[in-house]
Amino acid sequence: MANADLTTKAEARDFNFFYSNGHHALKNINLPLYENKITALIGPSGCGKSTLLRSFNRMHDLYPGNRYEGEIVMHPDNTNILDANVDPIEVRMRISMVFQKPNPFPKSIFENVAYGLRVRGEKNKRLLADKVEEALKGAALWDEVKDRLQDLAFNLSGGQQQRLCIARALATDPEIMLFDEPTSALDPIATANIEELMNDLRGKLTMLVVTHNMQQAARVSDYTAYMYLGDLIEHDKTGDIFIKPKDKRTEDYITGRIS
Amino acid sequence: MNTATQVQEPSQRTTISPRLAKNYRRNITERIIEFLLMLCALSAVFTTIAIVVILVYESYSFFEHVSVFDFLTDPQWTPLFEDAHYGIMPLVSGTLTISFVALAFAVPVGTIAAIYLSEFASHKTRETVKPILELLAGVPTIAFGYFALLLVTPLLQMVFPDLPTFNMLGPGIVIGIMVVPYIASVSEDAMRAVPMSMREGAYAMGATRFQTAMRVVTPAAISGIVAAYILAISRAIGETMVVAIAAGQQPNLTFNPMDSAATITAYIVQVAMGDLPHGSIGYQSIFAAGLVLMLMTLFFNVLGHFTRKKFREAY
Ligand SMILES: Nc1ncnc2c1ncn2[C@@H]1O[C@H](COP(=O)(O)OP(=O)(O)OP(=O)(O)O)[C@@H](O)[C@H]1O
Ligand SMILES: [Mg+2]
Repeated sequence: MANADLTTKAEARDFNFFYSNGHHALKNINLPLYENKITALIGPSGCGKSTLLRSFNRMHDLYPGNRYEGEIVMHPDNTNILDANVDPIEVRMRISMVFQKPNPFPKSIFENVAYGLRVRGEKNKRLLADKVEEALKGAALWDEVKDRLQDLAFNLSGGQQQRLCIARALATDPEIMLFDEPTSALDPIATANIEELMNDLRGKLTMLVVTHNMQQAARVSDYTAYMYLGDLIEHDKTGDIFIKPKDKRTEDYITGRIS
Repeated sequence: MNTATQVQEPSQRTTISPRLAKNYRRNITERIIEFLLMLCALSAVFTTIAIVVILVYESYSFFEHVSVFDFLTDPQWTPLFEDAHYGIMPLVSGTLTISFVALAFAVPVGTIAAIYLSEFASHKTRETVKPILELLAGVPTIAFGYFALLLVTPLLQMVFPDLPTFNMLGPGIVIGIMVVPYIASVSEDAMRAVPMSMREGAYAMGATRFQTAMRVVTPAAISGIVAAYILAISRAIGETMVVAIAAGQQPNLTFNPMDSAATITAYIVQVAMGDLPHGSIGYQSIFAAGLVLMLMTLFFNVLGHFTRKKFREAY
């Protein structure tokens, strides 16, 4: 993969983040997300992976007192999405997120997937039904639920719920998808399903995946970024990071000397 | 010597090691505590049973004089008059009308207050407003009664000049004000119990605060919100003072809130405060009315129980 083929979809530039208690959780982060590629974010617990991921859709805005510094630029708009004049809701409409624990809404399977479209004011029944079907197929869940779309989403298994959450995120045709440890609450088979799904989505949208699972990062991602104590230590092609890391700390982590 | 071998050779010991023997002192203390706890729990059950027994027993004597059919169909309730009639419906209609007015006011106001406090208010606002709201629930009901009679009704009379001094609208609204804190407080607790992850899920889909509150948090908390409504209904049906003071004490078979009327509870205090001879039919009528009141409350509680079950959500 030559660097010339790559388009940057979004990038953090000299990005710093402070929690409301003053904790400086991210320090001068520079990280590009390449278009239609999967970037994995790895690092020991508490190093700031979730914090960085959640900055990309301005999730931190929900809690008063959190502060961003620097830029996260989104392309092709070439706009800093952290700018005070940018509407975080518009950002979230283009950048979807899947959480660590499946968090379906207390609604039917159909309404869960239709939620994002309804929020956008879509009322056309035909179009909603088509979009829901397409998203559920995209999340490899359609065959399992097509006969019970009106069932409560809580009745699905954990793995199905997580795929439902992915379908929910897909239904609005996002440009970027953020995954925060999407398989850490799932068994190996459900995990394999989700990984396969991400693989299928590769090339269709830009993804950023936080994971604690080295094998998963190696299997799924095109690029890998290693973080340590709020710093971004290294970012490179996944193969390079795992085979010949440049930084000693990355190597220690990958080989299991830090966990 | 390791423990595994000891276990395999039980024959070695015939007496139990003192370190493993039952501790009788601890055992007995536990038993006593358990018994005391059970006694407390049972006292509530016994009281309820005692009330039911007395109600049923005294009502039984009442129904020896008055047929159940008359009780349910006679359009008049005049047990203390020369020409006595024993139709409970005027009291039921008064009770239902006032409760309906109260809930028509309290449900929207209380629910919106809960949504505001839980989803929109800042931490500081919430911590200030909630105790004040709960304080409202502690105001003596007699104060609310005069509030209805001397302030709310005169204000309403400016809008509806035909409104009599004693009417059901004023006290209905005041009871509504009284139960707003119950609805707001209990619903707010239910909404705050909805996990943050569910809200984050909605926001991450591009939902606004309002959309998140209405389409995700409220449905997720619905069973708690319904519980709040049930509490409010029971409270409204049972409210006595406000009605006795401000609704007039004329049993009146009407569902028009602009009329004056009496409710079951208002009748009970009115009669109980007079000097009716024990065992007279007027005295017994109190218990028959009380029984109906209890059945109504029970009905709404059971209704609420099933509604809640139907809506129960597991996060
Ligand atoms: N709401 C918060 N307020 C203050 N500090 C926080 C908050 N959330 C996280 N932190 C701190 O910020 C740092 C980064 O946390 P973050 O959740 O991003 O770590 P992480 O890399 O995702 O860890 P994990 O792998 O365990 O999920 C940690 O030191 C954490 O204690
Ligand atoms: Mg995390």
